[in-house]
Amino acid sequence: MLELNPQTIAFFIFAVFGLGGALGLVTTRNLIHSALYLILSLFGGAGFFVLLSAPFLAAVQVLVYIGAIAILFIFAVMLTRGMTRLKEVVNRQWWASAAVGAILFALLLTGVILPVWGDGGTNPNQPPTDLVATTEDLGVALVDGNQYVLPFLVSSLLLTGAMIGAIVVARDQEVS
Amino acid sequence: MPTQCLDILNTPAACLISSGIDPGLAEFIGILLGVLAVSIAPLVIVIGLIWVERKFAARVQDRIGPNRVGPLGLLQTVADALKLITKEDITPAGADRLIFNLAPIVAVTSVVLMWAVIPFSPYHVGVDLSIGVLYVAAVGSIGTLAIMMAGWSSNNKYALLGAFRVVAQLVSYEVPMVLALLIPVLLAGSMSIQEIVNSQRGMWFFFFSPIAAILLFISTQAEAGRAPFDLIEAESELVAGYNIEYSGMKFGLFFAGEFVHVLTNGLMLALLFFGGWVGPFVDDAPLLGVVYLFAKGAVFYVFSLLLRNALPRVRIDQMLAFNWKFLVPVAIVNLIVTAGLWMVVRQLGIAPGAGFENDFLANVPAAAIMFAGHLLLGGIIMTMVRNAGRRQRAKDTTTTALTVADDQKMVTAQ
Amino acid sequence: MVPLWMYLIVAAGMFSIGVYGVLSRRNAVAILMSVELMLNAIIINLVAFWRYVTPTNMSGQAFAAFVFVVAAAEAAIGLAIVLAIYRNRRSTVVEDVNLLKG
Repeated sequence: MLELNPQTIAFFIFAVFGLGGALGLVTTRNLIHSALYLILSLFGGAGFFVLLSAPFLAAVQVLVYIGAIAILFIFAVMLTRGMTRLKEVVNRQWWASAAVGAILFALLLTGVILPVWGDGGTNPNQPPTDLVATTEDLGVALVDGNQYVLPFLVSSLLLTGAMIGAIVVARDQEVS
Repeated sequence: MPTQCLDILNTPAACLISSGIDPGLAEFIGILLGVLAVSIAPLVIVIGLIWVERKFAARVQDRIGPNRVGPLGLLQTVADALKLITKEDITPAGADRLIFNLAPIVAVTSVVLMWAVIPFSPYHVGVDLSIGVLYVAAVGSIGTLAIMMAGWSSNNKYALLGAFRVVAQLVSYEVPMVLALLIPVLLAGSMSIQEIVNSQRGMWFFFFSPIAAILLFISTQAEAGRAPFDLIEAESELVAGYNIEYSGMKFGLFFAGEFVHVLTNGLMLALLFFGGWVGPFVDDAPLLGVVYLFAKGAVFYVFSLLLRNALPRVRIDQMLAFNWKFLVPVAIVNLIVTAGLWMVVRQLGIAPGAGFENDFLANVPAAAIMFAGHLLLGGIIMTMVRNAGRRQRAKDTTTTALTVADDQKMVTAQ
Repeated sequence: MVPLWMYLIVAAGMFSIGVYGVLSRRNAVAILMSVELMLNAIIINLVAFWRYVTPTNMSGQAFAAFVFVVAAAEAAIGLAIVLAIYRNRRSTVVEDVNLLKG
């Protein structure tokens, strides 16, 4: 059912990156390693975006997630250095958490993915058309009065608020 | 990919197909040649760059520089590279071995990946991505990660301090860099670098927005960690910064990565603001474009060398204040002003675009309006900076006068 | 192309692993990282559904862009709070942060 073409191979490589990075992130003791596993996982996601013909989001993923957010995490880990090598990585309810994760996965599998599985039904397994909206369309959609200009402006307010909030919260009180 | 065979140098794949080779194989050979050229060229060029750098620094400091190995010391860098390869490969005790070894590779990869989207001529381009400019910014941000990995995994406090400075510097200077990169995207109406170069056939974007070009030069200079922003590896304060524990070819990779980064920045500036491969007769002989591009890039490289040898290193607080209090506001104002002027030019109907892209004279009025607007903006900014500097100096003199008076009081009291 | 359900399985797996990380890790930074993982799984889902269901309509990519914004804001605020807590209590273990617990 699956033909072995470069796209499929690339998909599996990125899937291994994504899932392997995710597993490494939650199981590693060393937090810097966790952050690097997070970056590996995010790279897998960026690869998916390229395969899904959304190159803009792939570049944004690398620029924002890996270039800024992940670096911020590594920075935070280094600033709280005493905490890098905790003896107990997980709390006492870790088995319950694992059960919750597994049950959630099973629910997602039966509720969302099984209906899409196979060829029948209204949900397509192949894209309806090879015609894909381009980055230009995304830019227009974000500033079009009939589409997403309001959420776009609100999100810029959110970012400004977050920036000011982060500065206020993290500022050293003694300095001021 | 051009489909007709014009000449074997410019369209190898199409020509191989027409000479009777299987199309799939011909395509593969074409891509393979491109990948090899794009990935090996920067690492070979760096050998020459190091020689240029050393000779230049020597001349500035009234020395001769390398002159023993080969004519004019040209083979000195080859000898140095051989020496680096034969050196013992040391991993410090307590280092994180995997990350320690991975860091130099990531550092070089992040720079070499940029070369994938650089168009060297109308035909010679690795891949003409529709998001080329954003790709360059994204790939460049991976370099920060490499330096963080190196600084942390070395298990050395100087290396870690260097890594801390890197976050402060590189993440900060990414903001004005991306804001400056937006200008050519706005003027060309496309993020594809080939498209941006093509729309500069009539007039370089430098004349439409000189301030953006200067901003891009300054912020990329900081991104590459070159003087006066070389706090990352401040030799006199941090011993050598993040790469202190590296020896042999692993150090060589960091070194090569930095040099290629500076050259790549020069090429990007040439492509986005100075017309890239555009020049006389480039349509008849596309390979001339390579010469034009590298000549323009070399000018900025030499300018960067000059700055490196002429300017002292800034303090870390000065570096951050310069970015957040000067470069970022200027970049934002510049973006708004450029967009406004561009709208004016378009309303007047003299904006370059459909019809006269290749015509130099037709672009002159639009460029004159925008250049004048930017000169005005630059003048206003410079006046504000001058007044702020005067106020600061006045404050400094009063405080020093006070301390001198206090000293005298102390002396008389004794 | 690869069928849609394969993207969904990978995204569901990443989301579930993220949930496990949020519930089980003790270090606040690790919890925030797991939250980022969950948000990334959501973005993959959004883009996959966009590509396979309405590739000519921009809603999927636009929502993905907004999730990026929320993720960036969340990371900035979350890490600022973690640093503030670490400065006051010398710990980033979430169980140690129990000042409001009678």
